[in-house]
Amino acid sequence: MVEWAINLLSWFLLLTGGIFGVIGGIGLIRFPDFYTRLHGAGVTDTLCAICIVSGLVLQSGLSLLSVKLLLILVFLLFTAPTATHALARAAVVDEIEPVLEEDSDPLPDARGEPSSNT
Amino acid sequence: MRALLFLTLLLAALWLAISGVYKPVILLLGVASVVLVVWLSARMQVIGDEHNPLAFGLRLPIFWLWTLIEIIKANLHVARLTLHPERISPRIVTVPVEQGSSIAKVVFGNTCTLTPGTVTLFLNREKLVAHALDQESAEALISGRLARKVAWLEGSSESSE
Amino acid sequence: MTLVLVLTTMAVFATMGLALVRALKGPTIYDRIVAVNVFGTKTVLVVALITYITGHADLIDVALVYALINFIAIVTVLKLVKLRDLASSGEQDHG
Repeated sequence: MVEWAINLLSWFLLLTGGIFGVIGGIGLIRFPDFYTRLHGAGVTDTLCAICIVSGLVLQSGLSLLSVKLLLILVFLLFTAPTATHALARAAVVDEIEPVLEEDSDPLPDARGEPSSNT
Repeated sequence: MRALLFLTLLLAALWLAISGVYKPVILLLGVASVVLVVWLSARMQVIGDEHNPLAFGLRLPIFWLWTLIEIIKANLHVARLTLHPERISPRIVTVPVEQGSSIAKVVFGNTCTLTPGTVTLFLNREKLVAHALDQESAEALISGRLARKVAWLEGSSESSE
Repeated sequence: MTLVLVLTTMAVFATMGLALVRALKGPTIYDRIVAVNVFGTKTVLVVALITYITGHADLIDVALVYALINFIAIVTVLKLVKLRDLASSGEQDHG
């Protein structure tokens, strides 16, 4: 009975992870500019990875395999924001123009000051 | 010094967890690699006492749990926006950074990037500039919810030191 | 069981395909790097899933190493694109 419940939860997590992966991918295609696409990539990097890895961990229970999987998850969650920030920062320094709402603050320049010529 | 000791223990545990082969020769290789990494990081002076995660005590797992819940909420919101891309209203948000230590600032910036919907564009001593997908995504930053949580996490490390 | 794993793998493959489309379309170099980054993290997940489908527990080490290499690769490519020189200290960049 308990085994059944764990299996069911694991399937649910795996499929949810897959669905969120596809949604993130769609976001990567549909969003209008580079900065918004980063958010789509963020979905696939966070919830998709979390769901799939925890679904797999539920499959194998307490074992060396689970420890390694959790290590993978920790590495992914620690490196993903760093890589995303490095990319966003490089794009700002390179003056890639974002699509913005009219009442938004302007894009900062390389030193973080709001640039005047946008 | 305590940070180096902790690093040694952490690396040894990591090596034992990943290796899975416990023969004398292989164990010796493991010891050698741990010593090499600790010596290199001591030489590079990248490890200080503020890098000791134990300083945060019990608050670190609680903070991670809170972050996990935030990530799930933010993901659902961004997923909804993905399916209706005409509803997005991207904007740049600037918030002051009140955390004292550099480690807390990094945690602040990284957590902001980790929750989908906000990406840290710029971070220095005084402020954090983020790109947000819409007003609701930026709300956690503007209202200071995230900043308060990081300050709470940081506060524990100061009181225990 | 295997069916669920295969379905999830298919979904991750679909994500990789979408990322590949973005990598080919661009338009800026950063769009391509983001797409390659997503492709890399999804590769890690696919390798982890294949570990469970085939039952070869050793494969998980491949995923572990790939997760680490992917990050370094992205940062390196970014630096190469930005500075055109991997040995640069980056100090002369902000001119």
